[in-house]
Amino acid sequence: MTEPQITLYRLQACPYCERVVRTLSRFGLEYESRYVEPMHSERNAVKRVSGARSVPAIVDRETGVTMSESANIVEYLEGTYGEGGS
Amino acid sequence: MPDFDVVSLPETEHVAEGDVAPDFTRPLVNEEYWEDAALDDAVDGPTLLVFHPMDGAFQATYLYNTIDDHGWADDLDVLGLSISSPYAHKRLLAERGEGVRIFSDPSAGVIEEYGLAHDIDGMTGVTETRPAVFLLDGDRAVEYAWVASEHPEFPDAEEIDDAVGRLVD
Repeated sequence: MTEPQITLYRLQACPYCERVVRTLSRFGLEYESRYVEPMHSERNAVKRVSGARSVPAIVDRETGVTMSESANIVEYLEGTYGEGGS
Repeated sequence: MPDFDVVSLPETEHVAEGDVAPDFTRPLVNEEYWEDAALDDAVDGPTLLVFHPMDGAFQATYLYNTIDDHGWADDLDVLGLSISSPYAHKRLLAERGEGVRIFSDPSAGVIEEYGLAHDIDGMTGVTETRPAVFLLDGDRAVEYAWVASEHPEFPDAEEIDDAVGRLVD
């Protein structure tokens, strides 16, 4: 199994995460989901990659971009993979 | 005459020595997060695959204490599997099972496929696993297998030590 291009750090049933998932699906992007715990203090794995414990967070190996905050992520995905994107 | 009952479990067609451990995909939990993983991807060398009753059952606790006491996770990859949720696995791993990762199989689909399903009297609708230990080589070939034939029953740790020693130098 080849590693998908994008890793998504997410929380079960988190609406902000679902928003990112919808955007990833819209652009047909391959991703793997890493689920973390609701407790912020339990999310060191996210902090190590993104510098913050908030989810969603994505790591895009194609572009080398790591990013938190769903609005930023959606904007990034649209700008990179949407129509008229680079 | 003992005043307790150790129940004999019926014969079962379980995965055995000489088989290739069937591949499956389930959430695989480590100390920090979980993600879907195929057994085939998780096995890249000698691996101990341990099916255990749900997290919190004393059998599960004893098995993880044995894994830790014998330092198996230092010698090879150790993968657990139970019907418990990823959240329960994370709590278990916070206390024991240093270096172990655990598959979550709430539907017991993997447990059924391995021939290990076990109904627990008084827990209607719950399919449990018999405790079982499989030592796999890097190609998922089963080098050693132990499956409980009584309830409760524990594996012979020295026997597993020997089997691990034969596979790992």
